[in-house]
Amino acid sequence: MNQVPLSHILFVSTALFFIGIYGLFSRRNLVCMLMAVELILNSVNINFVAFNKYLYPDRLDGFFFVVFIITIAAAEAAVAIAIIINLYRNHRSIDVEDATNMKF
Amino acid sequence: MMSANAVIFYMLSVFVLSAGILSVTSRKIFRSAIWLLFSLMGIAGLYFWMELDFLAAVQIAVYVGGIVVLIIFSIFLTEQSGREMQGPPLARNIFSLLAVAFGFVLTWLLIYRYGFHAGGRKFDPGVGRIGSQMLATDGQGYALPFELASVLLLSAMIGCIVIAMKTTKKSDA
Repeated sequence: MNQVPLSHILFVSTALFFIGIYGLFSRRNLVCMLMAVELILNSVNINFVAFNKYLYPDRLDGFFFVVFIITIAAAEAAVAIAIIINLYRNHRSIDVEDATNMKF
Repeated sequence: MMSANAVIFYMLSVFVLSAGILSVTSRKIFRSAIWLLFSLMGIAGLYFWMELDFLAAVQIAVYVGGIVVLIIFSIFLTEQSGREMQGPPLARNIFSLLAVAFGFVLTWLLIYRYGFHAGGRKFDPGVGRIGSQMLATDGQGYALPFELASVLLLSAMIGCIVIAMKTTKKSDA
C-alpha cells in the first residue's frame, strides 16, 4: 500500500536534525539558536511518528511522546523568550558573545 | 513509476528540507523566522501524509499558531528586523559544516546498514483511542505524564511572567 520505505523518512528527519545542528553551531543570535532548536525537536518528532507507524502500528507510545515533546517545546520557547527579552533589557543585545556577566 | 503517494512524500520532504536550510542560513532574521514557519507547515503536511490528522492539527495550532508567532514577537521586541545579520566567521562556518557533514554521514550509514523493515500492519490512530489511552491510569495509560505536563505548563507560565516582568526601583519615586 505504501511504497515509501521507512529509511527515506528517517533520511528526512536526520537531514533536518543536522540542519538544526548547523544553525545552532553557526549562529550567535539567541532567537536564531532557538529556531534551530525548534527544527531539531521537530526532526525528532518525525522520527517518533515514523517508528510508531511503521514498526509498532498496534501501539501509540511514539504518538504520545510527540504530543508531550510539543507541549514541552511550547513551554521551553515561552521561557526562552522571557529570558531573551530580559537579557535584551539589560545588555541591549541578544548575541551570546555579549552575555559575559557570569563568565569566570 | 512512482505512485502519487510517494510523489507527495518526496515533494513535502524537499519543501521541509529546503525551508529548513534557508531558515538557518538566511541573513535577515525575520525571513529566517518565516522560513521556519514554512518548514513547520511542511512537517504538518508530513503528518497528514502519515494519516495522523490529529497530530498535524496539533502541530499547526501549537507550532505555527503559537511558537512561531512568539518568535516573531520577540524579533520585533529585540531586533531591527530588516537589518542584515553578520554571517559566521569563515573558520566557524567551515568547522560546523564539517561536523554536520560527518555526523550526517555517520548517522545515515548506521540507519542504512540497519535497514528497518516495516511490518505492513495497519496503523489506527483514531481520536477515541488516543483520548482513552491518554487518560487511562493502568499500565498503558498516560494520565500521570498528562497531569505533570499541566503542572509544567502552569509553572512555565508563572516563571515567564516573573522573568519578563519589569522591576521598578523603589528609590526612583
